[in-house]
Amino acid sequence: MLPSQLGAGDSLLDSLLTQLEAFCWEQRDAFGIRLAVEEALVNAIRHGNCLDCGKRVHVKCQLTAEEFWIRIEDEGDGFDPNGLPDPTAPENLEVPSGRGVMLMRNFMSLVEYNEQGNCVEMGKRRSDLASAE
Amino acid sequence: MAAKGHLEVTESDDVTIVRFLDRKILDEANIQELGQELFDLVETERRAKILLNFQNVEFLSSAALGKLITLDRKQKAQQGELKLSNIRPEIYEVFAITKLNKLFEIFDDESDALAAF
Repeated sequence: MLPSQLGAGDSLLDSLLTQLEAFCWEQRDAFGIRLAVEEALVNAIRHGNCLDCGKRVHVKCQLTAEEFWIRIEDEGDGFDPNGLPDPTAPENLEVPSGRGVMLMRNFMSLVEYNEQGNCVEMGKRRSDLASAE
Repeated sequence: MAAKGHLEVTESDDVTIVRFLDRKILDEANIQELGQELFDLVETERRAKILLNFQNVEFLSSAALGKLITLDRKQKAQQGELKLSNIRPEIYEVFAITKLNKLFEIFDDESDALAAF
């Protein structure tokens, strides 16, 4: 469980990177996982829990040599991930929302929100194994 | 050479070269400070030609991209030029996914970027 403070997930992310290196995950995979988890945590803390100290972010995570999986749930009202503006549209370039979720979807194999939109599950199979299949 | 806060700022002829001192541009508080330092170069110091060298940068989040987009808008509003260089492949992919590689002029290295001003 993490408090609703920006940077609260730093030690989790550092530990995750160390474990990815220990399992010899490719640099691009490690970069993408790091980025996707960072974006999801910031979304949960800033937009989900609105930096409310009385709310927590619940994180469950599993990493093996082949696969990574994480679930991040906040205590906010949730949002519609399909209702975000397209951040690549010229008129939205200055709009701050949408870019983080777009990066999560591109770097991870699986990104799924629950119906309420306050819980995201993400997964990734390491690229060198996925491409060998 | 001037290093202040999150940036190292040098000159090459009339071009201001900015190198990032942070390897990770992720933390939101740092991004706010870094953004303001970049905006000061445009709004306070009126640097007309700015090159951002990303050689030191290993990680970059979407919040940092937002600052770069705003910087680009401010610089264009003053008829200034902004170019980027030395972006490692993983970070270039972030620009490509978000199509910001179309918005920014991105060069492989500093000398190529300097020659293009």
